[in-house]
Amino acid sequence: MSVAQQTPVRTQPATPPPTQRRNGRWAGYSHLLMARMLELKREPEVVFWVFIFPLLLALGLGIAFRNKPEGAVSVAIVQGAESAQTLLQKSPQANQFKVQVLDAEAAHQGFRLGKFDVAIEPGPNGTFTYRYDPARPESVLARAEVNDALQSAAGRTDPVPTKPVSSSEPGSRYIDFLIPGLLGMNLMNSGMWGIGFALVDMRQRKLLKRFVGTPMRRGDFLLALASSRLILMIIEVGLLLAFGALFFHMRVMGSIAGIALIAGMGSLTFGGVGLLTASRAQKIESVSGLINLVMMPMWIFSGVFFSYERFPAIIHPLIKALPLTALNDALRASILEGTPILHQWPRLLVMIVWGGVSFVLALKWFRWT
Amino acid sequence: MPTAIECRDLRKTYDDKVEAVRGLNLEIQAGECFGLLGPNGAGKTTTIEILEGLLAPTSGMVSILGHRWDENEREMREWLGISLQETRLSEKLSVRETIDLFASFYREPRSTDEVLEELQLTEKADSWVGKLSGGQRQRLAVATALVCNPKILFLDEPTTGLDPQSRRQLWDIIRVFQRNGGTVLLTTHYMDEAERLCDRLAIIDHGQVIAQGSPPDLITRLGGHHVVEFLVDGNSGGAQDVWRTLPSVESVREDDGLIALNVKQPHLTIPALLEAIERQGGKLQHLTTRQASLEDVFVRLTGRHLRED
Ligand SMILES: Nc1ncnc2c1ncn2[C@@H]1O[C@H](COP(=O)(O)OP(=O)(O)OP(=O)(O)O)[C@@H](O)[C@H]1O
Ligand SMILES: [Mg+2]
Repeated sequence: MSVAQQTPVRTQPATPPPTQRRNGRWAGYSHLLMARMLELKREPEVVFWVFIFPLLLALGLGIAFRNKPEGAVSVAIVQGAESAQTLLQKSPQANQFKVQVLDAEAAHQGFRLGKFDVAIEPGPNGTFTYRYDPARPESVLARAEVNDALQSAAGRTDPVPTKPVSSSEPGSRYIDFLIPGLLGMNLMNSGMWGIGFALVDMRQRKLLKRFVGTPMRRGDFLLALASSRLILMIIEVGLLLAFGALFFHMRVMGSIAGIALIAGMGSLTFGGVGLLTASRAQKIESVSGLINLVMMPMWIFSGVFFSYERFPAIIHPLIKALPLTALNDALRASILEGTPILHQWPRLLVMIVWGGVSFVLALKWFRWT
Repeated sequence: MPTAIECRDLRKTYDDKVEAVRGLNLEIQAGECFGLLGPNGAGKTTTIEILEGLLAPTSGMVSILGHRWDENEREMREWLGISLQETRLSEKLSVRETIDLFASFYREPRSTDEVLEELQLTEKADSWVGKLSGGQRQRLAVATALVCNPKILFLDEPTTGLDPQSRRQLWDIIRVFQRNGGTVLLTTHYMDEAERLCDRLAIIDHGQVIAQGSPPDLITRLGGHHVVEFLVDGNSGGAQDVWRTLPSVESVREDDGLIALNVKQPHLTIPALLEAIERQGGKLQHLTTRQASLEDVFVRLTGRHLRED
């Protein structure tokens, strides 16, 4: 039975019949995507947190933990031990030391504040006393280096000849470790918030219910949301990598396509997890808590700021099963070492499983109203 | 005339506790403007959302233009324009972008400019939704419903929060829609609106229809034609029974000392009323008579209903 037949036929319409247009299959999808992108663009907070904040973080951490330039071992020499200064200057490693002579009190003060790595104090009968802090790795190192320099300047010959080669090539510095980690963390953050938070917000505003009251295809809606994530992902990745290359002379070894593929999979994985966390929550307060709860362990364990190798080996398999660990490892391997995508399949598999299982569960539990 | 919206023995129980709708029957003809009236929490929104296919009823039958929600949902959505009681549209989209977005979900929507014009939003077309006044947002919500060129318009409290001017504009829009063959189901708390706009009304309380009919019909049937309101000085406690027995009185209501009688023939009631007051030794402070309105029907029905609980 056709619908048109059921509408009563009016003899004389009071106003001209409404003008119509026709929409194609993808009109809804493209409008949803466009609306989403416009909204993001007009939200200054989003631009800041997604694009600017990671750059600032990279800049700050990159500067704080930059590899020290040559001669960076700073040594305090307490008055009365000046002969140590003469010896250090004669030593072959002289240019590694930044030496300052001052009185005992100023030397202690500076040492406590971390201004000096080691202090050389005069001991009885022309001996020296090293003041160092065994808990500070650079202090331990400084003591050894100063001692080596003093001994060899005073005539010690090493029984085995050795030759040091310094390596602070791009690719092995902290900033090189950091940037892929930040990239992974950023993809997680924006995936979880961009999907999870946005959905609950729309549900709370009854906008989802309003959409469901139209013939909108629900799949198109989710697809538009995922597409907007992928577009943002390209900008996020591009910005951070370009920033690393420009400011820190980072070298990107892997292919751009490979990196984009990994980042895209990461985006979708966390989009899926975000969808799952948002599947039932009615209030943005509750989903915010949930999102933080899910992300917290990954911030700590997944090797964003420092390597997860520092955790006991026994929990490494667990850590490697986390999606952010897989994403970070894959990004590092691809960016820093140029490992081909195909060799990374276990990591990609971890992401696919997390993303896929989350997506399926989310669709099962999802509440549109 | 064919039936546009029909429901039979509709029931909705939230969380096995709140019985929001208990056995509701409605039959709305195509081309009709039908109003749902009822106090807060009566179950109007629940009913309308079930009819819109947004909420599953606990039991009962719903049919829209002869189709069921579980059989033909996607196609049915093309016919309905919906405005929910409370939707917060995206603040960072402009009015035009919002209407375009909703239009894009339908196969054959109307032109955005025309709808903007009709709801007098042309001036605001490029403003962000976040910058609109409450009334303008309300009109935008109706615009998103109208842009799909619907056969049936569902409006849940469309005029709440509008100034008298905007309310009248919206009434005009609804009338034009109806004149072009559309069917309207709306809920409202404004009696004058219901009286002027709706062809038929259902008054709902506690999830049931307690009265149904055209506004004049409801008023003559239940409002008692005339209302006599008066105020007496002195002892009037327990006098309710006295007023009720006066000739031609149909019901008595007391509102803050003011007594209102629903009366069929005032010329019979008033002399007897004056006599009764005299007998009691009271002093008449104030007396007016007026035509009964829908409000009298509403207060009488739902007021009595609430007291009986
Ligand atoms: N999601 C829900 N969960 C539980 N109870 C609900 C829910 N929605 C509504 N109710 C209850 O169902 C009853 C009917 O609510 P409904 O919103 O249908 O009333 P209404 O007639 O639209 O009221 P108003 O005029 O205030 O809009 C109320 O008692 C309300 O508390
Ligand atoms: Mg309501």
